[in-house]
Amino acid sequence: MSETLEQHGWSRDQMAQRVAQDIPDGSYVNLGIGIPEKVAMYVPEGREFIYHTENGLLGMGPSPPEGGGEPELINAGKRRVTALPGASYFHHADSFSMIRGGHLDLCVLGALQVAQNGDLANWSTGGPGAIPAVGGAMDLVAGVKSIFVVTQHCTKDGTPKLVERCTYPLTGLGIVNRIYTDLAVIEVTPDGFRLVELAPGVDFDTVAERTGAPLLQVSETK
Amino acid sequence: MIDKQLSSPAEAVADVFDGATVMIGGFGEAGSPIELIHALIDQGSTGLTVVNNNTGSGEVGLAALIQAGRVAKMICSYPRTTNSTVFPKLYHAGDIELELVPQGTLAERIRAGGAGIPAFYTPTSLGTPLGEGKEVRAIDGREYVLEYALTADFALIKGRAADRHGNVVFNKTARNFAPIMAMAGRTTVVQAAAVLDPGEIDPEVVVTPGIFVQRVVHVPNPAHESDLVAKGVTYP
Repeated sequence: MSETLEQHGWSRDQMAQRVAQDIPDGSYVNLGIGIPEKVAMYVPEGREFIYHTENGLLGMGPSPPEGGGEPELINAGKRRVTALPGASYFHHADSFSMIRGGHLDLCVLGALQVAQNGDLANWSTGGPGAIPAVGGAMDLVAGVKSIFVVTQHCTKDGTPKLVERCTYPLTGLGIVNRIYTDLAVIEVTPDGFRLVELAPGVDFDTVAERTGAPLLQVSETK
Repeated sequence: MIDKQLSSPAEAVADVFDGATVMIGGFGEAGSPIELIHALIDQGSTGLTVVNNNTGSGEVGLAALIQAGRVAKMICSYPRTTNSTVFPKLYHAGDIELELVPQGTLAERIRAGGAGIPAFYTPTSLGTPLGEGKEVRAIDGREYVLEYALTADFALIKGRAADRHGNVVFNKTARNFAPIMAMAGRTTVVQAAAVLDPGEIDPEVVVTPGIFVQRVVHVPNPAHESDLVAKGVTYP
């Protein structure tokens, strides 16, 4: 369900679908909780991805039918999943060796904020009374080859999530490669945010206005 | 003859002492050794430091141990989970200490502890609040954070099957932290749904070799946390 103020732009499912288009065939992929989980529903025809979940499963399949599955076959979000033919189970130290050791090709994560230098904040708002919880996010961003972020462009009150500098506690430094929002696909370059693609019905000025840091136009040599 | 099998969960946790560090296997409910935890609640030791990825749910298992006031400190990566209300309440009241550790660092600290490695450098948490105050070293042009190993007086884990030598196999994603906690625990207790004779587990498929396990307890039909929570069960 889209909560954006836009008449146009991508829905959550379309954002996930757009991410899936950029994942090469044969990739080993870790999907975060929320919109990232939806990416698995949109694998383009002819491609095969292998999904890793950090609690010890490679070859994760879709959720079982409601009420089905088993309590000891779950994903990192602690929801019941399935294991596909060719799957493997392993313990946590091996699982995070896959992550930190650079064996995974891609991780798709949600975000609270992404800075123009690729810093990511996605685990805590740092507010008083909040119980800090980090899970595997810091390990994933430290070790996985490519980090894609999928997020609404702005918070519900319209505050940009793409910013000059993160104000929330950081998850990792300079690690985000691409950002997929309801309005656009944006890459993080040494020069800052650069537009890759606009969502249907959205223009550059709208995206630039809702981005909390300078936005470069699509590379003309693209 | 080597026979690590004890008669009951109560016997297996009888010597846990006040102030002990106890590693408890499980990721959420998958792999949580609920019967051993309940025996630990009955046993009464207090001031425990518990290492687990989470803090339990409802008022059974790990959450019940915390609720009973037995845990002075949690070392974990994700203390919030669906139906997790016990830990937040005590944490906000200042009645329990939290050491928050990134999940992969937690796993590697446990692995290192069991492997005789006192500390290691990792890229995880560099430049974040969880890396603050820690030694940083540049190796081959990249910076890393120093993290210290974790060991425990006791490790409580759950297996699908074990033999009397302590060889263990696990069930799907219930494996998670159990094999490394078995290595890091000075006394490791496994509750197994089946206890077999040596040789009945193919040596090629043994996941945790018996050298890492000191005690085996047969728990034929282990409870699942979500079932207990759904039924409104509380412990004790």
